[in-house]
Amino acid sequence: MARFIIRRILQMVGVVFILSLLVFLWLRSLPGGTVSAILGERATPATRAALSQAFGLDQPVWVQYLKFLQRAAQGEFGVSTGVLPGTDAFDVFLSRLPATVELSVAALVIAVVLAIPLGYVSAKRANSPLDSGLVIVSLIGVAVPVFFLAFLLKYQLSVEHHLFPVSGRQDNLGCTRVTNFFVLDGLLTRELDCSASALKHLVLPSVALATIPFAVIYRITRASVLEVLGEDYVRTAESKGLTARVVRGRHVMRNALLPVVTTIGLQTGGLLAGAVLTERVFGFGGIGDALAVAFERRDYAVLQVLILAAAGIYVIINLLVDISYAVIDPRVRTR
Amino acid sequence: MTLKRTAPLVLLTVAAMSMTACAQSERDSGGTGSGGTSSTKDTFTFGAAGAPKLFDPLYATDGETFRVTRQIHSGLLGVKPGTADIQPELAESWTPSDDGLSWTFKLRQGVKFSDGTPFNAEAVCYNMQRMFEQKGAGQQAAEYWTYFFGSFSDKPADSLYKSCEAKDENTAVIDITRSTSSFPTILSLDSFSMQSPTALKAGDANNVQAQGEGFTYPAYSKAPVGIGPYKLDKYDEANKTVTLVANDAYYGDKPKTAKLVFKIIPDESTRRQELQAGSIDGYDLPNPVDWKGLEDAGNKVLVRPAFNILYMGLNPEKNPKLKDLRVRQAIAYALNRDQMVKTQLPEGATVASQFMPETVSGYNKDLKPYPYDPAKAKSLLAAAGATGMTLQFAFPTEVSRPYMPDPQKIHAAFVKDLEAAGFKVDVVSKPWNGGYLDGVSNGQFDAWLLGWTGDYNAADNFLGTFFSNLEQNDFHTKVLPFGKTLSEDLKKADAIVDEGQRDAAYQKINQQIAEEYLPGVPISHSPPALVISGKVTGLVASPLTAETFDGVSVGK
Repeated sequence: MARFIIRRILQMVGVVFILSLLVFLWLRSLPGGTVSAILGERATPATRAALSQAFGLDQPVWVQYLKFLQRAAQGEFGVSTGVLPGTDAFDVFLSRLPATVELSVAALVIAVVLAIPLGYVSAKRANSPLDSGLVIVSLIGVAVPVFFLAFLLKYQLSVEHHLFPVSGRQDNLGCTRVTNFFVLDGLLTRELDCSASALKHLVLPSVALATIPFAVIYRITRASVLEVLGEDYVRTAESKGLTARVVRGRHVMRNALLPVVTTIGLQTGGLLAGAVLTERVFGFGGIGDALAVAFERRDYAVLQVLILAAAGIYVIINLLVDISYAVIDPRVRTR
Repeated sequence: MTLKRTAPLVLLTVAAMSMTACAQSERDSGGTGSGGTSSTKDTFTFGAAGAPKLFDPLYATDGETFRVTRQIHSGLLGVKPGTADIQPELAESWTPSDDGLSWTFKLRQGVKFSDGTPFNAEAVCYNMQRMFEQKGAGQQAAEYWTYFFGSFSDKPADSLYKSCEAKDENTAVIDITRSTSSFPTILSLDSFSMQSPTALKAGDANNVQAQGEGFTYPAYSKAPVGIGPYKLDKYDEANKTVTLVANDAYYGDKPKTAKLVFKIIPDESTRRQELQAGSIDGYDLPNPVDWKGLEDAGNKVLVRPAFNILYMGLNPEKNPKLKDLRVRQAIAYALNRDQMVKTQLPEGATVASQFMPETVSGYNKDLKPYPYDPAKAKSLLAAAGATGMTLQFAFPTEVSRPYMPDPQKIHAAFVKDLEAAGFKVDVVSKPWNGGYLDGVSNGQFDAWLLGWTGDYNAADNFLGTFFSNLEQNDFHTKVLPFGKTLSEDLKKADAIVDEGQRDAAYQKINQQIAEEYLPGVPISHSPPALVISGKVTGLVASPLTAETFDGVSVGK
């Protein structure tokens, strides 16, 4: 097990390293750049040259890359020029991460809590009207683009009916920040109105973001449970006179959940992509929001950190999925 | 992996609850009672398109940053609300010596910075020297100083600023190296606001460092101390909100709302929806397409006087056919600017006859725009032997500027006009910050659309920006016969101390540019707007987009 994990971690480092080179080269091959983003109409060739030199952007790309690696080895990822000028890019990432995690976790909880029970019920009553209805709902969930749904929810429930806030993460209540997880911070500092406000702001974006993972997890659960229900050992368990609860828990779900766990893991990675769009619609100041601003303003340092961090998170989630496999299914360990 | 596996989550929550004993709430209870009466709210919330980069205006370069710093800082000179004209602010009067090189400022008395530091002549000189003595990365960061004063203390010969002397408590004398129409007007710019010497020293204000591919800023840039109706209370980066509160040490009237909040909402349609939902009280630059809808919904669209210019730039160095005045005039006659302004620009926009709006001193009222005359364009082109010439004509994507709401549509209309007059147009488009601005300044396009919003009321801020620097300007006038003359005339005019004579000189230059030179084609002036909810009163729109919010009331 340990060897398996170490090998995977080494692979991970390799992937992120190669990606860092690709991202670095790609960003610098884009037309425009940090300097014109900062200077705008005021740019003269002289001011442009002076600023490029100050930022070290006038040197050959490979020199810039080597310097970047050298700094990265010391844990320095450069300084933001556009998102939060003067702030260390990694700190920008850390300060924006909680928003995205809060949103993704909320969406994932909504998706999983609804999808697994509904998937099980669907499989138990396959081809009943309830089952068909749920399948259609899940199809719609996959088909509708996230940002379209986000926009629709926002327009109907916030703009037209004022049920929820239009955008942002919290009302301006002067809340104390501890971890930047707003819901948690409110609990920590006993500013419960802050938590409530944060939750209220979370509802629409997380519902919008939950639709796709919900649909996918539901379908996989349904298919997987259907398959397991037909297995001999389930029939054996039932005929032994075990209670329905034990059969469901120990025999059906434990086996049926394997592919579901994989799917949840993969969907978590996909959530990041969806979060970028959702955050944009709801002005939810997380990673997605920072990515968009960083791209507009050609904030190289922040873009590099965000893209690499996103890749890193994706790879780590994959690793966790594999490990959880090993935990759930002993056969994996011996391979 | 049964549901029991969620236990850690539950545990975490419980742990969090039990830790509440350790985490102290730092909140003050509620807002202060000042500002806002029983019929008005005590907070004005404005939807900003971007976050302020920092709060020390010397290192600021963008409108979103200045919008915030303007509320917490004042300069020696201010701008009269609703106009582009200067008025006394921290200085009550300013008197030039006969040669225009030495200026005596009489200061307002009994003024304090928000930290209690007294404002006096010494503070003025401390500020001027502090800006002048920027070093290293600070010089690049102090973009506006470079732009308006030329250089720093390490190259005093190129600097407009020379020295500052505190004659007595309330008299400061500032010496400059050459006479220019821009001084002391430029002291009204936000970048050159007066800041507390005590706080500047304590916060190590000049400590800007280049690091990696950016600059790091000192502590002071997050904790500014100025003289303004408001002071910074909190910039909540995580929630993208900037909160300002009334500055009790301010010498002027108390602001009408005790709190001023900037909520950062990058997406324009979201800003509109927030206004509809009532969670913000106003935002800047609503899309002209939405003006009517916004007003129908009970909001007020405040149209600012146009203080900008959109022009079509031409580069005779890239395309030598443009060296012929007849070809450039053909372009001017070919463009149906009346129709473009009517169909594409907001109400109140006008066709431009010269490279500056009419509110700027030195504007020539007698000039008429080139009329739309495709036949004349054709015959001029034929006379120049350039019929069917290819003109590469660029426009920017992914941008909307106050003077150019929809670049692509404006461009498309002009392409039709040019083709009808016998040009072959080679259309190029580049993202605004993805090669377009670079392309213009590197001379990659034959023709392009660009514009300028004035910083203050001086012809030099428009004409000087475009044509003063002979060696480096977007129009490449160095390859045109008049380039040198124009550049010299502009510098001479700028140095005239007497305002009447100076205006006359500029009027003559405007006439020459329009009739004899035509280095590019001035297109239009477009009034930018801001929108506020129907409950908001007391907001005066500024042509410089430099609104102050202390006089704003929000009804309940």
